[in-house]
Amino acid sequence: MSATTAASAAANKTVKTLELDEIVVRFVGDSGDGMQLAGTQMTNTSAVFGNDVATLPDFPAEIRAPAGSLAGVSGFQINFSSHDIRTPGDQVNCLVAMNPAGLKSNIADLEPGGILLVNEDAFNKVNLQKAGYAASPLDDGSLKGFRLFRVPLDKLTTEANKGSSLTSRALGRCRNFTALGLVYWMFNRPLEETLRWIDAKFGKKPEVAEANRNALKTGYYFGETCETFIENYKVPKARITPGRYRKLTGNEALAIGLVTAARLAGKDVFYGTYPITPASDILHQLSTYKNFGVLTFQAEDEIAAMTSVIGAAFAGAIAVTGTSGPGIALKAEGIGLAVCTELPVIIINVQRGGPSTGLPTKTEQADLLQAVCGRNGECPVAVLAPNTPADCFNMAIEACRIAIEYMTPVMLLSDGYLANGAEPWRIPDEKSLPHLKVIHPARKNGESEFLPYQRDAKLARPWALPGTPGLEHRIGGLEKEDVTGHVSYDPENHEHMVKTRAAKIAGIAKSLPKLEVLGSPQGGDLLVIGWGSTYGAITTAVERCRAQGMDVSSVHLRYLNPFQQDLGDLLKRFKRVLCPEMNLGQLSKLLRAEFLVDVKSLSKVQGKPFMVRDIVTAIETMMKGNNGR
Amino acid sequence: MSQALTQLTAKDFASDQETRWCPGCGDYSILAQVKKVLPTLDTPREKFVFVSGIGCSSRFPYYVNTYGVHSIHGRAPAVATGVKMVRPDLSVWVITGDGDALSIGGNHLLHAIRRNIDLKIVLFNNRIYGLTKGQYSPTSEMGKKTKSTPMGSVDFPLHPISVAIGAEATFVARSVDVHVKHLEDVLVRAAKHKGAAFVEVYQNCNIFNDLAFEYAAGKDTRDDHTVILEHGKPLIFGKNRDKGIRLNGTTPEIVPLGGDIKEDDLLFHDERAPEPTLAYLLSRMHHPEFPEPLGVFRAVQRPTYEALANQQIATARSQHGEGSLETLFDDGETWVVN
Ligand SMILES: Cc1ncc(C[n+]2csc(CCOP(=O)(O)OP(=O)(O)O)c2C)c(N)n1
Ligand code: SF4
Ligand SMILES: [Mg+2]
Repeated sequence: MSATTAASAAANKTVKTLELDEIVVRFVGDSGDGMQLAGTQMTNTSAVFGNDVATLPDFPAEIRAPAGSLAGVSGFQINFSSHDIRTPGDQVNCLVAMNPAGLKSNIADLEPGGILLVNEDAFNKVNLQKAGYAASPLDDGSLKGFRLFRVPLDKLTTEANKGSSLTSRALGRCRNFTALGLVYWMFNRPLEETLRWIDAKFGKKPEVAEANRNALKTGYYFGETCETFIENYKVPKARITPGRYRKLTGNEALAIGLVTAARLAGKDVFYGTYPITPASDILHQLSTYKNFGVLTFQAEDEIAAMTSVIGAAFAGAIAVTGTSGPGIALKAEGIGLAVCTELPVIIINVQRGGPSTGLPTKTEQADLLQAVCGRNGECPVAVLAPNTPADCFNMAIEACRIAIEYMTPVMLLSDGYLANGAEPWRIPDEKSLPHLKVIHPARKNGESEFLPYQRDAKLARPWALPGTPGLEHRIGGLEKEDVTGHVSYDPENHEHMVKTRAAKIAGIAKSLPKLEVLGSPQGGDLLVIGWGSTYGAITTAVERCRAQGMDVSSVHLRYLNPFQQDLGDLLKRFKRVLCPEMNLGQLSKLLRAEFLVDVKSLSKVQGKPFMVRDIVTAIETMMKGNNGR
Repeated sequence: MSQALTQLTAKDFASDQETRWCPGCGDYSILAQVKKVLPTLDTPREKFVFVSGIGCSSRFPYYVNTYGVHSIHGRAPAVATGVKMVRPDLSVWVITGDGDALSIGGNHLLHAIRRNIDLKIVLFNNRIYGLTKGQYSPTSEMGKKTKSTPMGSVDFPLHPISVAIGAEATFVARSVDVHVKHLEDVLVRAAKHKGAAFVEVYQNCNIFNDLAFEYAAGKDTRDDHTVILEHGKPLIFGKNRDKGIRLNGTTPEIVPLGGDIKEDDLLFHDERAPEPTLAYLLSRMHHPEFPEPLGVFRAVQRPTYEALANQQIATARSQHGEGSLETLFDDGETWVVN
């Protein structure tokens, strides 16, 4: 960290303000400690201030795990910077621990010499025991490698609200704002944004608003006046493309993208789904868009969700279902029906740790093969994957485009990390958005009868809507004769249909943009290839290695079925190919099968995203294996 | 072009597909009655959608010249729900079998009914799995010997009407494939009901479960073994209409008419009773102990799911105005970078 110094006098001490270009702060505490809220406020404040930001929330699977337990620790990491960043950061520069359990499960990620703010009031015997500490780590010297600040957050919060009519329990709930206030002082963040939020949020409960305001300010003043704090930091604004911005999580971006796509197509969204972490927020968000004509249907299970969407697509809606891995397993037969009936439906999989219930709140990319191959019969669907939270907006529109143009189900692979991670999103100019053209036939396309499987140049069949006179037709899961759509058991026809459905999906490649290569598209020593949410870590790692002079490039796939047309050639222009994935090598397998290229897999399956250094290390190792070239 | 409604006949609803049920199958008769009823409903042909699951019965949509979806096993109510929510103006029918509706699709059936979504659900009950060649079904009687149960089945059956009532159905009826006129009347009533209408049709599978409902279907037996439900009328049955159903406490009993017992002593049917108690009690009258009720068990009004869901959209639009991309994008905290 390079730093420039400035001196500022506050109270009767001298505070040095160091300027840094990037800081990673992590808030950790009990599920009930309001860590997500504190982190979100810090994110908003930093984004509005003008930094680039990237976040990583991390919550336990249990809603109310026993208070103070390791299982109940909830965390929120934010990286804010004066330059372009793509990940929430490998190492934490400042850890805010609200209790012993939070400290214990997170201290390993704090950089040596990092800032450690702890709520000393929570380090009592009971909490220490629950976290499995024999003696308090605050006193036994085990934290001497860090800059430890013991802060009496409970006491500060109570004192700040002397005379408040709130119960001491209710006041206790404000201590996250006391912590936040102190962090704001530490990193020179303005209070206004959060004060405004408190007023808007608790407008109807003035006592609560008052208590939170007091807590925030008290934390801030504590930093300003307490003698132990002699240094704080600032991170200047980043140089960001001018425009109007808003912070979006991946799930929010998906919801907004779907509604946008429907508008661009002149249609309404039907979202049929069954609640499941980490996809439920898409439902929550879409259910607030009723004035956009969005119909949400909370079905009785994922099978009903999937099949309701088939009905909705048949009836003419932009039909979407969303779930996570276990839900996709249940939807598989329905997806087959959508493939056979050739209807435009969007299937969102916000992947989480598997198999089975797995790690519901953690991220993973292990459903790629399920997406590409996981159905009975030859059953191809288009598969797309956004690579950042904000990219979820673009890919939702792209999924709708492909579904409509090709009359096909499209699977969109997000994951827990994209879903809950947030970044600034530049609000697009409406005119820059694509027009999604939808044609519903009004007249027969055959001599005497309507031909529901007569195809256009893209092999798409007509989207004829019930209610249209003269176009009455039947669709279904039994094999159909091409063109007429009559049930057919003819062997030649079946093979023709299997090949036609495959050719239709393969043909989507013609409509896809060219690959964007970071580094040298003409080839070189090493190509790092990834897909989905690993984009930030891979790109940052490759940039670092290139800065050190290594001949390494990267490409990131957002289209997984079909692949872009120039992928095969690109792969062959590199001596080696490395593929980091949060699974045991699923994309590697597909690339090897498709292109006969010796792809090396770098896998991490811990429910956690890659660190930049994980990838840098792998690149370095591979480059060394290249005889020091 | 939409044909003038009055001109439509059963023929207009015949598709060009060859019907492939076994000769003598009860499905033919049900198809014929449906085709007879559709033209009478003041609905243009293009506004009908038939959705089915999988089974012999579920081939039905191929044989009517309307819009149709032959979906997957058990899921027809969910597919139909999607259609109806998006297009409340369509007349959406679900065709299903006893296995389709009550085994694999039991969940969807319950939820479609409890939501009171305006679907016409016709369950072809043949008490057997026809298409998979004769395994017992969830409506097969205990001890049923089939290919999969050579020593007899050891599970207790479900009773479709009881299930529907348990799921809070607003319209529940039963008829028999060969009771042409009765079936026609019941289908018309179902079609005109606003909300989920559940109709069980006793259907003969002459290949794998022949004569399962002979007591209710046969000319010689049916009068003594069924009782026709009519709203506001007493429950009288028998070839000579000389027997009735009387309530003894909360238990029905068969009593002879004439002598001491007058019509007024009998149980009077009330399909509009707000509580489903009576309808449920009737659904528990089983052969051979009782004559089995045919007709409308229950017909009450409740708002429909698709109407309420679409009403919320209208309300949101009047409260917040029609959404635009601008309001969608600018929602929440935004900031400007220069
Ligand atoms: C997922 C799935 N499981 C099993 C089957 C096989 N299957 C087809 S129809 C059927 C039972 C049909 O019985 P029913 O619903 O009573 O219809 P029927 O043929 O008697 O009219 C079964 C088990 C299937 N098609 N799909
Ligand atoms: S097997 Fe039974 S139900 Fe199926 S078509 Fe033949 S007779 Fe009808
Ligand atoms: Mg059956």
